[in-house]
Amino acid sequence: MVRLITHNLLACHAKGCTTNNFPLQFKDVSIELREAEFNADFLKGLLPRIEWKALVDAARQLGDTSLPLEQPEMVDDEFLKNLHHVLLEMHIEEGAMVCPNCSHVYAISNGIPNMLLSEHEIA
Amino acid sequence: MIPTPDLSHLTRDDYDRVYEPAEDTFILLDALEEDAEELRALRPRLSLEIGTGHQNKVWSMLPGYVLAALTHLQIPLESVTTYLAAPLLKRVHHAVDILIFNPPYVPTYDSESQEAQDGKDIRGSWAGGTDGMRITDILLECVDGLLSPRGRFYLVAVKENNIPELQRRMRELYDLESKIILQRRAGREHLHVICFMRNGRP
Repeated sequence: MVRLITHNLLACHAKGCTTNNFPLQFKDVSIELREAEFNADFLKGLLPRIEWKALVDAARQLGDTSLPLEQPEMVDDEFLKNLHHVLLEMHIEEGAMVCPNCSHVYAISNGIPNMLLSEHEIA
Repeated sequence: MIPTPDLSHLTRDDYDRVYEPAEDTFILLDALEEDAEELRALRPRLSLEIGTGHQNKVWSMLPGYVLAALTHLQIPLESVTTYLAAPLLKRVHHAVDILIFNPPYVPTYDSESQEAQDGKDIRGSWAGGTDGMRITDILLECVDGLLSPRGRFYLVAVKENNIPELQRRMRELYDLESKIILQRRAGREHLHVICFMRNGRP
């Protein structure tokens, strides 16, 4: 159940890793597409909380190029449909997320990311 | 009314490793139901429930399902295994509309709480160290940063946690007002659900 809505909120939190620790990079991931109920109102309310470049980059890394590089000022239906698909319908089931700064690897198993650190890595 | 959760998928092995829903879970669900109208009015975009669930066992997400039912929103639920809100703190700033924490609140020796967290064993779901506040105190420091301007923070606590003191502290340090939504006795525990909100919120 790692969807890009969650990926967009997760940063590396290893000890001393405070800059360039977001967004995490996907590695060896397998993706499943699952339909989700479309809710335009929810998406519009969520937009201000999304880090746009991170979302677009992550989507492209997973092979989806439907989102524009710049967040459009006017949102139309087609844009919202694409956003919906990218945020909520692409499920990363297996693989890992890697910190671009310290290279810490966070495994994803059964759709759940394991963000725990071992004792010596805790900030 | 929210239907009682179905636990029929659990195996005996699960019960050795996982804390099953009990009175503290139910008072939390009841408190959310009590506040259903306010929660709907919030039109929440982001809710964060910090539980002591284990891997993908579904009841660690129970409040999430309940929220979805109460707010009539098709909320996409996502589960992350981590330590409190640690990997979210960088990105999620003043953005959580509903924050929920049912912490390990039972007073124990600090060493027992520490061992349980280190070993990730089942005691970690209840062993709270001195005053039962060892883990809760760590999260309380993050609440102000996480909560959105109209956000609500629901915390499960017991009498031994010194609830008046914790309410006073949150008011003085962070200007977070609070009220007790529900309280009831369950065996030896005197359970409370406290809701914190920003003073003078819009």
